[in-house]
Amino acid sequence: MTREPILKGRNLVKRYGKVTALDHCDFDLYPGEILAVIGDNGAGKSTLIKAVSGAVAPDEGDIFLDGKKINFTSPIDARAAGIETVYQTLAMSPALSIADNMFMGRELRKPGFMGKVMRQLDRPAMEKFARAKLNELGLMTIQNINQAVETLSGGQRQGVAVARAAAFGSKVIILDEPTAALGVKESRRVLELILDVRSRGIPIVLISHNMPHVFEVADRVHVHRLGKRLCIIDPKRHSMSDAVAYMTGAKVPEDMNEFA
Amino acid sequence: MAADAHQAKHFEEGLKGASETVAEFHETKSPLKRIQHWLHQTPSAVPMIVLVAALIVFGLLSDNFFKAATLSTILQQIAIVGILGCAQTVVILTAGIDLSVGAIAVFSSVLMGQMSFRYGIPAELSILIGLALGTGMGAINGLLIAFLKLPPFIVTLGTWQVLLASNFIYSANETIRSADVKESAPALQLWGLSIQPGGVRVLFAVFLLIVLVAIMAYVLRQTAWGRHVYAVGDDPEAAALAGVKTRAVLVQVYALAGFFCAIAGWVMIGRFGSVSPTASTGQLGNIQSITAVVIGGISLFGGRGSIVGMFFGALIVGVFEMGLRLVGTDPQWTFFLIGVLIIFAVGVDQWIRKAAA
Ligand SMILES: Nc1ncnc2c1ncn2[C@@H]1O[C@H](COP(=O)(O)OP(=O)(O)O)[C@@H](O)[C@H]1O
Ligand SMILES: [Mg+2]
Repeated sequence: MTREPILKGRNLVKRYGKVTALDHCDFDLYPGEILAVIGDNGAGKSTLIKAVSGAVAPDEGDIFLDGKKINFTSPIDARAAGIETVYQTLAMSPALSIADNMFMGRELRKPGFMGKVMRQLDRPAMEKFARAKLNELGLMTIQNINQAVETLSGGQRQGVAVARAAAFGSKVIILDEPTAALGVKESRRVLELILDVRSRGIPIVLISHNMPHVFEVADRVHVHRLGKRLCIIDPKRHSMSDAVAYMTGAKVPEDMNEFA
Repeated sequence: MAADAHQAKHFEEGLKGASETVAEFHETKSPLKRIQHWLHQTPSAVPMIVLVAALIVFGLLSDNFFKAATLSTILQQIAIVGILGCAQTVVILTAGIDLSVGAIAVFSSVLMGQMSFRYGIPAELSILIGLALGTGMGAINGLLIAFLKLPPFIVTLGTWQVLLASNFIYSANETIRSADVKESAPALQLWGLSIQPGGVRVLFAVFLLIVLVAIMAYVLRQTAWGRHVYAVGDDPEAAALAGVKTRAVLVQVYALAGFFCAIAGWVMIGRFGSVSPTASTGQLGNIQSITAVVIGGISLFGGRGSIVGMFFGALIVGVFEMGLRLVGTDPQWTFFLIGVLIIFAVGVDQWIRKAAA
């Protein structure tokens, strides 16, 4: 593969006290692909995506976006660069409304004097947009876009977080276990959404424990083990049981990078 | 291999023909749930109901209660606590607490007075300097809390003592007499002036309180910054991941609180006439403002409540004090009832927060 990765990590290290969450880890995401990241609990998957999305600063290593070295100091920087992330914890304010949460940190203001001088939020516009995006995800029967996120079920919250990322991601979308709390139907919608996003040419990083989902949509599978990338496999040439064996250490892959 | 994936897709076949709506948002509708939900959406409803009830009860108990002069006096009594309550509200919305509000108010009032009387600075400029210094004191609280990650309770417990002591040392415990203020720096007493529509005296301070509450209600509900204040109090980590500059918001909140305290200090000069470093606000302002906030239905856990609720909370305290005095009971009953109300308010808050489930 001669293309340049759109998002690249090299030698990333992140320690939490005695725990090394990332141990000289590499990472590559190519344009237009769906990259699945799989690995045991505690392998460091979430830490990896936090590092490339500006949520944690790695202790060592470099991150490149479009070949240029970047230095995100907060998720705001990453967002400004077009990288949108659904964190495992969802990053929503429970007491605030769905619309407030979707626009947190990038609120729309009213046009003219009320917006420019009085800084008034354009609630109708934000609500309309939020409703449209939730409809796209099939969360269509929302009566009240102003209801607090804490009154939603876990699956509904996850749906809102995914809708938020899909709506605003312009360059890369990262999803950390986006379907963990979702039912069968809602998971299917999220998978469709992922494929839809890829068809818009936007690459996706999907962290998931759901092997059938991973093998269904991923172009490449990054197997994470003990804080680093163990290997990259082609889901068309490996079985799910192989993948599980690699990520748990039961089996050692022969070829570390099938795409090299 | 590929068969795996095919198998996996197979069990989803059952979805065909199922309803296409996903994750419907059912509205549960038992009457109690409905009330809980309504209170969840309208956090100032409880204090408003308590306030109306108190007004009716005292109106029945005392013939003098429903007089314009009585009501105007109540508003006048709560002006300072209400403005300190504005400061306390923004802080408590971030899940913080500010024990230094009274100290900042008194020190700022002393600084305004001393600028004029010790250094001969024009009163208007002295006021601006006092407001700026009060804001700075609040900002110091904010910096310690946001950047050193010290607990707000501890930081403001410390600055309360430090600022109050600095206030005594700097002023050498000297009061500037009302007559002197009136003669050479009348701007300091601005908020003690009044208008008398129909013979009822209404202090400028009362209008100021209402305007400040209205402005803050707008800022907290209608601007992005206001939403960020709630988000920081609700779940700071989630707010940071969602793109809120949580540390900047915290510093701004405590600085704004300091600014409100300095305004309260200016109002104190108007209310009392003199500039006194030993004003009881320095010791009691924090507890009084926290009381107004809590009775006003603002959650001490942050992220919930409205500043209008705080205004009702302050009014409830004022109505109780005045009402019980008119009825002629032992004034201790005021504190007794306020204490009961505080516990009631926190109980209601806990119950409302369960509406989440
Ligand atoms: N904020 C943190 N503080 C301390 N340890 C952490 C923190 N975040 C992650 N870790 C540790 O780092 C390791 C990797 O965690 P994580 O990236 O969440 O793994 P995964 O997402 O693969 O389950 C774990 O041992 C976890 O306990
Ligand atoms: Mg994880």
